[in-house]
Amino acid sequence: MTFFTAFWLLPMARLALFAADGREGWAAYLTVVTHPRYFESLVATVLLSAAVTAATLVTGGLSGVFLSRHRFPGRRTLIGLLTLPLAFPGVVVGFLVILLAGRQGLIGALSQSLGGSRIVFAYSMGGLFLGYLYFSIPRVLLTVMAAAEKLDPALEEAARSLGAPPLRILLDILIPGLMPALIGAGALCFATSMGAFGTAFTLATRISVLPMAIYTEFTLFADMAIAAAMSLVLGLLTWAVLALARSATGAGVAAAA
Amino acid sequence: MGGQPERRTQTPLAIRVEGCARTFPDGVRALDRVDLDIRAGETLALLGPSGCGKTTLLRLIAGLDHPDPGGRILFDGEDVTALPIERRRVGMVFQSYALFPNMSVAANVAYGLKIQGMAPDMRRARVTEMLEMMRIAPLADRAIDQLSGGQRQRVALARAIAPRPRLLLLDEPLTALDAKLRDALRVEIDQLLRALGTTALYVTHDQAEAMALGDRVVVMTHGRIAQIGTPYEIYHRPAGRFVADFVGLMNRIRGTLSGDGVRCPGGIVPLAAAGPSHRPAGARRPGDGAPVEIQFRPEDAVVAAPGQGHVRGTVTASFFLGDRVRILVEGVGTTPLTVETGGRIDPLTDATLAAGAPIELRIQSAPLAPEGEA
Repeated sequence: MTFFTAFWLLPMARLALFAADGREGWAAYLTVVTHPRYFESLVATVLLSAAVTAATLVTGGLSGVFLSRHRFPGRRTLIGLLTLPLAFPGVVVGFLVILLAGRQGLIGALSQSLGGSRIVFAYSMGGLFLGYLYFSIPRVLLTVMAAAEKLDPALEEAARSLGAPPLRILLDILIPGLMPALIGAGALCFATSMGAFGTAFTLATRISVLPMAIYTEFTLFADMAIAAAMSLVLGLLTWAVLALARSATGAGVAAAA
Repeated sequence: MGGQPERRTQTPLAIRVEGCARTFPDGVRALDRVDLDIRAGETLALLGPSGCGKTTLLRLIAGLDHPDPGGRILFDGEDVTALPIERRRVGMVFQSYALFPNMSVAANVAYGLKIQGMAPDMRRARVTEMLEMMRIAPLADRAIDQLSGGQRQRVALARAIAPRPRLLLLDEPLTALDAKLRDALRVEIDQLLRALGTTALYVTHDQAEAMALGDRVVVMTHGRIAQIGTPYEIYHRPAGRFVADFVGLMNRIRGTLSGDGVRCPGGIVPLAAAGPSHRPAGARRPGDGAPVEIQFRPEDAVVAAPGQGHVRGTVTASFFLGDRVRILVEGVGTTPLTVETGGRIDPLTDATLAAGAPIELRIQSAPLAPEGEA
């Protein structure tokens, strides 16, 4: 209880009040969701996070199921390599994206040598998407693998014996069976993308995602009230998604997050 | 439409397994070249310890796995080796039930029919018929996690037979259930298989289950078939030590042939006890002094009054099992014997069955084999 008060309640209350203490008072919250610039960055962040979540679930889900079902030489090494991004801070991920798709990047060099123009997307939403995808996939992969290994292979065999083709098995057996894990991993992925800062800071010269906007308000314009209000909105939004996921799966998501 | 359940009975399927072996990618040979004929309409029990290849053989016949090159699976003479399970029209029942947890009982049973594209009203009628057959009609709308183990396996059976498969494959369906439920459901499965008349393959490691359900029993060990026969043949004319020991208990007394009996440390067992049917056809009787072995089941020996027995030994332990008393006897041969007698003696109060008491046995029927064989 003491810890809860010291590390959760007090800072949160302070943050909430801080936002209200500014020039605009409690209207700061209203500003955050109505002012075009802030609102745009809010929408952009949510859309980006949703897109990253969807893409991660598809790629991470598919490879997770595959890796849990098949045994082949080098499998352990592959899983080790795939989970490596977990060890990288966001800045490093951003750096990797620049190396790949930046002005001096590999993709640019390749497209140029193929006779096209130099493709550079590291500093756009595309780059951010790639970076977030990169560090989100391992989380989903591991969760899905754990869940897929617990899924009785006889379920799939029973469906096959009843004549079900692969697509039906995917829709009727695999996805429902993995649903709790997918929702849990997805919520976690969404929350991480919403709050990711390091990667955004490295890449986002031209884009404004919410954590970047907070940083800008806070450091450049010294508008503490707006920054605090945006922080709370970001937090509440993410928390709401987690809560939704938790109610959809029963329990355990927030704990995992 | 739909009210009258159709009673179309299919002509049962005959299955032939030709030269099927299975080597796993890691080099483990789960199944050696096996040839097997499953007659139309029979229930064949595949019996053996874990790792003997019985489940591998079932999976080959099901189409969940494929034999090494050269092996063939024939359904009514038609080669189905390359057909995946989806197109073999087989019903499967698993040890783990494998019910779809995201569907109700009725939806589980209806799943195969839905895949076949059966019209909804016909589907409903068939599901009702199946649930009634398995006596689980009141559970139709339940979720799977609200069912007991026995109920789950009934749902799994209903789901497997609903699309009227040509072949029913049961992989240790009763292993996860407790003993009493197992016995009850075993009787029901037996009645179900007889009523359906479908060819069925029943995999189990439990010899009692195999004997009760199988028209014929295939005993397997180390990826090979050790014996195929009726339950009676398997039990009373086992084709080797492995079968004899795996299917019930087998006593062995080593001795030497002398005149009309076999001399062993505990006395002489008259050869008359060895019934003619037990002597291998055409085998010459070995001469006097030849080492031989007598084999008999626990129930083939009776406790005799003093002076009336063939052999004499010492009781080492006795156990009251309810319907019978099991007595362990040593000193007759080189290895201890197990003998069973009716359950109307209490070994705790009866001094004749106390440890260390002398005991005499009459052996009523025992096959004779040259030592080291059978």
